[in-house]
Amino acid sequence: MAGLEVELRQEAPIPLDAAFACAPGEVLALVGPSGSGKTTILGAIAGTYRPREGRVAVNGDTWFDAGAGTFLPPHRRAVGMVFQTYALFPHMTASGNVMAALGHLPPGLRPGRAAELLARVHLAGLEQRRPAALSGGQQQRVALARALAREPAVLLLDEPFSAVDKATRLRLYREIAELRAELDMPVVLVTHDLDEAAMLADRLAVLHRGRTLQTGTPEEVVTRPASAEVARLIDQRNVFDGQVIGHDAVRAVTMLDWAGHRLEAAFNPAWSQGSAVSWIAPDGFVVLHRRDRPSRGEHENPVPGVIETVLAIGQTAHLTLRPDHDPRLPLHFSVPLHVARRNAVAPGVAATVSLLAEGIHLMPPAA
Amino acid sequence: MDWTALELSLRLGVFTVAVLLPVGIALGRVLAYRDFPGKSLAEAAVALPLVLPPTVFGYYLLVAFGAASPLGQFWQAAFGRPLVFTFEGLLLASIVFNLPFAIQPMQRGFEAIPPEVRAAAGCCGMSPWQALLKVELPLAWPGILTAMVLTFAHTLGEFGIVLMVGGSIPGETRTVAVAIYDRVQAFDDASANAMSALLLAISLAVIALTFAFSRRVGRRLG
Repeated sequence: MAGLEVELRQEAPIPLDAAFACAPGEVLALVGPSGSGKTTILGAIAGTYRPREGRVAVNGDTWFDAGAGTFLPPHRRAVGMVFQTYALFPHMTASGNVMAALGHLPPGLRPGRAAELLARVHLAGLEQRRPAALSGGQQQRVALARALAREPAVLLLDEPFSAVDKATRLRLYREIAELRAELDMPVVLVTHDLDEAAMLADRLAVLHRGRTLQTGTPEEVVTRPASAEVARLIDQRNVFDGQVIGHDAVRAVTMLDWAGHRLEAAFNPAWSQGSAVSWIAPDGFVVLHRRDRPSRGEHENPVPGVIETVLAIGQTAHLTLRPDHDPRLPLHFSVPLHVARRNAVAPGVAATVSLLAEGIHLMPPAA
Repeated sequence: MDWTALELSLRLGVFTVAVLLPVGIALGRVLAYRDFPGKSLAEAAVALPLVLPPTVFGYYLLVAFGAASPLGQFWQAAFGRPLVFTFEGLLLASIVFNLPFAIQPMQRGFEAIPPEVRAAAGCCGMSPWQALLKVELPLAWPGILTAMVLTFAHTLGEFGIVLMVGGSIPGETRTVAVAIYDRVQAFDDASANAMSALLLAISLAVIALTFAFSRRVGRRLG
């Protein structure tokens, strides 16, 4: 099979129960909090870490198979890796670092190829600088050029943007996005930043304590998390408990009781009447009503309450609403700053929001 | 001035460094990167010459090298001469008592290389040998150099163990340090003075050169 297939299991010393695949040209982001085993999994793909059980195969070549006793060391795996700290060789120039990964070429061709690769990451002219004389962003680019030098069958990026400033990071995002079009190998990106993952990856694998909890497109994972645990891991704040009251096939809705408040969710007969569920209302599906035109009940799932906090970040206002029916269950949502201003939204004022039925997603009850 | 003793001291120093360079790299690297049962004990054994009185250490070496010991008998059978009170025996003793001076700085040198940098070498397609030659040794170089200099300087300066294992045979086991003691015993203050000053100057020069060199390397790797 083309692409990367990974399956890892062990109880100790670091618990692992991960399985995912990544097709050629696809970017898969491993997301999860620190300590969720992301870097260990990359190590198992690169061959710097040997798990107890499992299998790693790339384009049909087995790199690791615990059952068969196969374990190729890193230098026998066609892998390119960008480390979190870049891990450049400090005693070599930028060009020397890239040439260090060109062992497969005859020595005479290496300087030319290294210059090409460095030009590709916009570092032409800096070939003879040592890492200590390069900025963080420049070191990051050298690390990327070095990872690509080996013509890897898999490209691994371990939190590659965590050590650079924001302006550099945004520039690197654009460059990676451009570079992606030319890359035809599977790319595995490790990050704890969900926005970064959603921006750069085709699919996400959500990890917690070494387990892959859900794999899917960023939109799927964000709007339809598999469990309340996933929802919390991806920083989904509107996670609540509820109970299915019944279904209305004609109107295509499923009725939900939320702490005594009745909500209509997208029709989902898989949940039987009376079953306890967790549910989320992602940010984009919480809509603020105009405060100068009070709702007369024609809106979807109106939830009246009192605004508790208003936090302006850039051109976005992040709001918290304490619902009247149970103020212990705050709803978090955001609106453009000008909308918040026009509606005179401020802490303490009464406001009503709609929870759009299509956005309400039901999940198994939280343990 | 006992030039024979000086020549012997320098020869002993060079030979000791030559043997301990590969041994120190191998053992220092293992102690830096591997975990194994009894590692603390192994590290303690390496450090032992630092804390034992030279007479105690010399005594055990004398027993281990003596004609009654398996090693002494093997040596006699293989080379037709005893191990104690010979240059070879002195060299062997020198290698053993210099283990901490050779291994510890090299171990620190290898430990100072970030694990990701070593992993990167493998991910660049380097075999373990290539990684050792192209990445680990150049980066651990300041530690290796310090180890070599300390070993050399310490060999020139060691007195107690040399006297216990080698005695004071001119041209065979009488080092500068022993010769100085010998001259003092004979009330030949002029010779003792000259040799002491020379030994001091050599040791100071060698160590100062190392410091200057490692500072330059440090700046380069910045």
